[in-house]
Amino acid sequence: MKITLTVWRQSGPNARGGFETHHVDDVSPDMSFLELFDILNEALIADGKEPIAFDHDCREGICGSCSMMINGRAHGPERGTATCQLHMRKFQDGAHITVEPWRAAAFPIIKDLCVDRTAFDRIIEAGGYISAPTGSAPDGNLILVPKAVSDTAMDAAACIGCGACVAACPNGAAQLFTAAKVQHLNLLPQGQPERWERVVNMVTEMERWFGSCTLHGECEVACPKDISIDFIALMNRDFIKAQFKQRRLTGQHA
Amino acid sequence: MTRLDGVPSTEDQNEDADAADRLLRSTGAPVPGQRQVPFPLQFWRSAIGKKWAMAVSGIVLLTYVLAHMIGNLKVFLGKNEINTYAAWLRTLGEPALPRTVLLWGLRTGLTAAFVIHIVAAVQLTRMNRRARPERYQSKRDYASANYASRTMRWTGIIVALFVIFHLADLTWGVANPHFVRGDPYDNLFYSFQRVPVAIFYIIANIALAFHIFHGAWSMFQSLGVNNPRYNRWKRYFATGFAGLIMVGNVSMPLLITTGVVSR
Ligand code: FES
Repeated sequence: MKITLTVWRQSGPNARGGFETHHVDDVSPDMSFLELFDILNEALIADGKEPIAFDHDCREGICGSCSMMINGRAHGPERGTATCQLHMRKFQDGAHITVEPWRAAAFPIIKDLCVDRTAFDRIIEAGGYISAPTGSAPDGNLILVPKAVSDTAMDAAACIGCGACVAACPNGAAQLFTAAKVQHLNLLPQGQPERWERVVNMVTEMERWFGSCTLHGECEVACPKDISIDFIALMNRDFIKAQFKQRRLTGQHA
Repeated sequence: MTRLDGVPSTEDQNEDADAADRLLRSTGAPVPGQRQVPFPLQFWRSAIGKKWAMAVSGIVLLTYVLAHMIGNLKVFLGKNEINTYAAWLRTLGEPALPRTVLLWGLRTGLTAAFVIHIVAAVQLTRMNRRARPERYQSKRDYASANYASRTMRWTGIIVALFVIFHLADLTWGVANPHFVRGDPYDNLFYSFQRVPVAIFYIIANIALAFHIFHGAWSMFQSLGVNNPRYNRWKRYFATGFAGLIMVGNVSMPLLITTGVVSR
């Protein structure tokens, strides 16, 4: 296959960026989208040029580092796949593909296609944990969880924190990420002690960095883990409840 | 990194901030904690709280729009019907309350709902603009955002401007040369003799229908109402409501201006 690639190049966080076009021949349909960048980079290096910086690590859709806006879609046109799992056979021979980094105030560009997603860590720090007793490991199945609940919590826990939801959102909101991280713990018995505190703290931290949700639903389509926007409604419900709840009476600390 | 409120975060000032963080770190005095404010304001300060307020005020406005449409469709039943209805509105709540008191109470509530809805929308829009100061340089390919959801701002502005004109036309009478207080039937017919006015009514009500199509669905999500058992009914409800309002409200200028219904 022959592919024409228009890629965003930016030498540093404060540098002016711009698009650059490259032609890549000998693309195998079995290559992943990241391998397309690998062969392009090898060619650039052979020419003595600066290779294109892009984030990647596991290359199997579990780490969430690969992040590219491909033809105006986060992680490209395929549903439920990260950029590393997107294969060139999904494109036409001779296709012209435009690639851009995630764009959000909270995701500053470091270089080319690499952005800094530290803001997500700040949200996790605000409440993405449970308090657990130390000491010897408790017996398995000591806390019973209904199957349906554990399945739903697992659906939320599938979030790999790639930032596609923010990238795809016309408002630059991180609602889907935060909702997944909040609900994954709030749905389970282990997450109950901090339930109301968690949702308030994580939402507050999220709103310091990101936009607000108007329910376009773009995040759900972009999400490589197919996380549903229903979790956003569940997070909203917990946040609203947390405002009205008398936490002492209900046994949860404030 | 830029926090939306423009305050550099404590993390950004931390010695151990990671390298990428340090690149953009701004230095200065430690970040003061946010001042605590009383309960309802605290809730309002969050974006989810504002969305909640928009959903609740939206429900108030939807209820009003429906009642307003049902009342005004009486225009098709004749002069006596609608004028009696209009007069009845003033006596609403009697004899428990003095004349027009309940009407003014409703008007106050309605105005409050409008103000809350608009203020929240403006503040959230500004927050969203700050969240993506630099737009995508290549063309976006939207997969799920529909025409209605992406034009909420514009349909909202059209409806807001229309409401002002509509009040000037049929409540205050300043935009209606033949205005006679207490005779909505004739006022309406005179108003719709002007074709551009009728067109504005039609456009505004189509815009309103688009606004409702997204709003009456998304308000459930904002309120946290979600259950797989009835989730699809939210879509049916919003579509049905928007369709009903559009057909009902557009029918008046359309049928009267084209002369299908005459006095
Ligand atoms: S490289 Fe790990 S998810 Fe794509």
